[in-house]
Amino acid sequence: MTDVASPTVRVSTRPAESRRDIGIKRRYAAERRFRAYGISAIVIGLFFLAVLLWSVVSKGYTAFQQTTITLPIEFSEKVIDPKNERATDPKRLLTANYPVLARDALVKQLGIDPKKRPLVKQANDMISDSVRTQLRDIVVADPSVIGKTIPVTLLADANIDSAFKRQIDLSVEESKRKVKDQQVAWMNELAEAGVLKKSFNTGIFSFGASSRPEAAGVGVALVGSAYMMLIVLVLSLPIGVAASIYLEEFAPKNRLTDLIEVNINNLAAVPSIVYGLLGLAVFVNFAGMPRSAALVGGFVLTLMTLPTIIIATRASLKAVPPSIRSAALGLGASKMQTIFHHVLPLAMPGILTGTIIGLAHALGETAPLLLIGMVAFVVDYPGSPLEPSTALPVQIYMWANEAERAFVERTSGAIIILLIFLVIMNLGAILLRRRFERRW
Amino acid sequence: MSTSLLLLIILLIGFVAYFAGRARSLALSGHKLATLHSLPGYHGSYVAIWAVLPAVLVLGAWLIASPLYIDSAVRSALPDTVQSQGEATVQLALGQVKAVATGLDRLSATEIEAVKDGSANLREALAAKGVALAGEGQPFMVEAAQQFNAMRGYSRWLMSAVVLLVAVVGGLYAMRNLTARFRARNQVERVMLGSLVVASSIAILTTIGIIGSMLSEAGRFFSMVSPAEFFFGTVWDPRFAAAGSEDASGQFGLLPLLGGTLYIAFVAMLFAVPIGLFAAIYMAEYASPRLRSIAKPLLEVLAGIPTIVYGFFALVTVGPFLRDISAQLNGLLTGNYQNFIQAQSVLTAGIVMGIMLIPFVSSLSDDIITQVPRALRDGSLGLGATRSETVKRVILPAALPGIVGALLLTASRAVGETMIVVLAAGVAARMQLNPFEPMTTVTVKIVHQLTGDLEFTSPQTLVAFALGITLFVITLGLNIYALYIVRKYREQYE
Repeated sequence: MTDVASPTVRVSTRPAESRRDIGIKRRYAAERRFRAYGISAIVIGLFFLAVLLWSVVSKGYTAFQQTTITLPIEFSEKVIDPKNERATDPKRLLTANYPVLARDALVKQLGIDPKKRPLVKQANDMISDSVRTQLRDIVVADPSVIGKTIPVTLLADANIDSAFKRQIDLSVEESKRKVKDQQVAWMNELAEAGVLKKSFNTGIFSFGASSRPEAAGVGVALVGSAYMMLIVLVLSLPIGVAASIYLEEFAPKNRLTDLIEVNINNLAAVPSIVYGLLGLAVFVNFAGMPRSAALVGGFVLTLMTLPTIIIATRASLKAVPPSIRSAALGLGASKMQTIFHHVLPLAMPGILTGTIIGLAHALGETAPLLLIGMVAFVVDYPGSPLEPSTALPVQIYMWANEAERAFVERTSGAIIILLIFLVIMNLGAILLRRRFERRW
Repeated sequence: MSTSLLLLIILLIGFVAYFAGRARSLALSGHKLATLHSLPGYHGSYVAIWAVLPAVLVLGAWLIASPLYIDSAVRSALPDTVQSQGEATVQLALGQVKAVATGLDRLSATEIEAVKDGSANLREALAAKGVALAGEGQPFMVEAAQQFNAMRGYSRWLMSAVVLLVAVVGGLYAMRNLTARFRARNQVERVMLGSLVVASSIAILTTIGIIGSMLSEAGRFFSMVSPAEFFFGTVWDPRFAAAGSEDASGQFGLLPLLGGTLYIAFVAMLFAVPIGLFAAIYMAEYASPRLRSIAKPLLEVLAGIPTIVYGFFALVTVGPFLRDISAQLNGLLTGNYQNFIQAQSVLTAGIVMGIMLIPFVSSLSDDIITQVPRALRDGSLGLGATRSETVKRVILPAALPGIVGALLLTASRAVGETMIVVLAAGVAARMQLNPFEPMTTVTVKIVHQLTGDLEFTSPQTLVAFALGITLFVITLGLNIYALYIVRKYREQYE
């Protein structure tokens, strides 16, 4: 090929200055502004996400540490069972005055004169009231400890806990704060002696509801949530998959299936509180199931999750190419065999992803559970889904309504636990999608 | 025999039936599979279905029917003195009889005799065994309770026998049907198809359940309070009456709640729509694939955070922040450090709800904007328009119906949102226009009327269902209209 210079044709012969003014400067400025609006919108959105997470984490991470006081407790028979009736009256051990044991041990440790009542009371206030049940459980489990001296790790009172975590402003006038100077001095003294220290808070994972922040935890709520998630998974996955298979593969195109389709789309957008009303009216009031039970909660959340799962399942069934179906049918498989042996396994990653996302939504759902009475003060682990129980988000709601400062810390801690669960579930869904997703 | 044990036995029978059917089909074929119409597994499943399905259906029917039958039998056996006192007394007596019946199981024979001849107090005897009885027990109740217990025991026994018989007979019947040419697969697949249909009808049942339950309970409410008073009332003051008193009814005006709901939703939309829309436009039209793949999922994290977390965020962070900053502003301007924004206010709830809605607006609009055909874009750019002009003059007008649909869907979410407003909007039902003051919403009042002890007879609790159906109708209307718009729009380009 030879380079031939093509003749250049001058299209415009007009001089440059007479060019029509199309306001290029103004228009480019508008372009830059528009772009800046877009960027700032994204930045604002991400900023709020950051503030939200930071606010929760900064308030809540301290909840995973708990101040404890380890004291040699003398299980004195004089206090527990002065008249030696425990052989005849089993209630004796349950009603004994256990806090006195802890108080005496602390008073001895600090070297306070036991006759100075106000000082003794201040020292006693440093220990959590939960000491009663803690020591009682030790004695009831093994009555032979009576008369012996054993080191026991006690929970510090919530105020001391906050002071030790430096969350209380000690420069405020003494009468205006809940922790007195004397207590702070003792606290530092005990901390130096290694008696009082911060340690990882296992209690927040194992305790139930309590009016004392230091003895409150999400353990019972976690069990309730676990029951409900199990029920939701067991019910909604098979029902959702079965419904989607019918609608996607078998249903004739008629008014009825059209109605079901519109219906499912609408159900996905019905406010969750309406499901709570449904659960209350149908399951609790009409069918007579127990209130506050994880079973009813599970049913309500199942109904709420079903549309999500059906929509996700139908999408992933649709994504399986028709060639797979034709091949199976051509080899003599029945329609049912084609779907269950070939289409469904190929659609499974998408179905599971949708299910996990549905479950994550159900795990964080609060409003319907409030209506079916799961706002109960539940202290004991529910033994079955029929017993009164509570759920993690409901526990957060109940703590959010408590006024004490230490409960703000606990609430944030519980939210962190909830968010960690959600992150794990969503990461699982993403990994599943990355690992198994096929593109045809 | 307990129901769960019975179910377990039925399943066991089904299991055995499966292997029996399989083995029999193999034997029938003389171990040459080609002579069978269906695979042995289908023969096994066929037998198992016949063993399990009828038995479970009978069990379910029995569990529903027998309490009804026993109740009516015990009720008709109650003494005439009780019968003549009307429905409520009979119900009460029936409830007590049932409580006594549970208690009787725990009493010894001599204690029962003592209670019967009146030498021991029924209530105390039961209380000692941990059964609380409402009101004094009467001697006739013990007899009725014994009758109740006897009938229940008999019914259980009979049920176990019948159900197991049905299971065995069903299995045997199916076994007799098996031949080498038997079309077991077609039969099994028919049952499978049936169960698929049942599963997909649950969606319809849920809707019927929602509408039916709310209509019936709301109907009971409207029999006590007139609909006009509810829908056009401007005062919300549902005084909780002492149990039993009839006159204290309170006022149930919907308007203040509806006003609060719409106001908060409006503030939230005012906040979320510009941010979400601009974010969507930027991500669809400007952002590099890399930025998009980071920013889009991060924004969607906002949608995955449970609403209770937003509520808490509003309660402890946003509310106090707005309150303090308003006090500072007021102090700077007037010297009076008095906050003019309440911690719980329309603004607090609206802003936090707006944050929650950003990802809804942005994802939905993003989908719609990217659906606008490439050709429209290229045409506009080719004619010399800048990108922003293309967006403003071409893409947005083309995508407008879809975006309006998306915004309507978002609005329906804002109207139905509960936990944020419960924690951040306040409880005072007032009609006012100051966004710095607390207002309350329909959802907040549903939660308030239905938490705590409740009886399904007072208008104070039943009003929640009237509120619920109002909410349901509003959100349903928004959704249907939005879906209609989105669908109609989609058809234009396909």
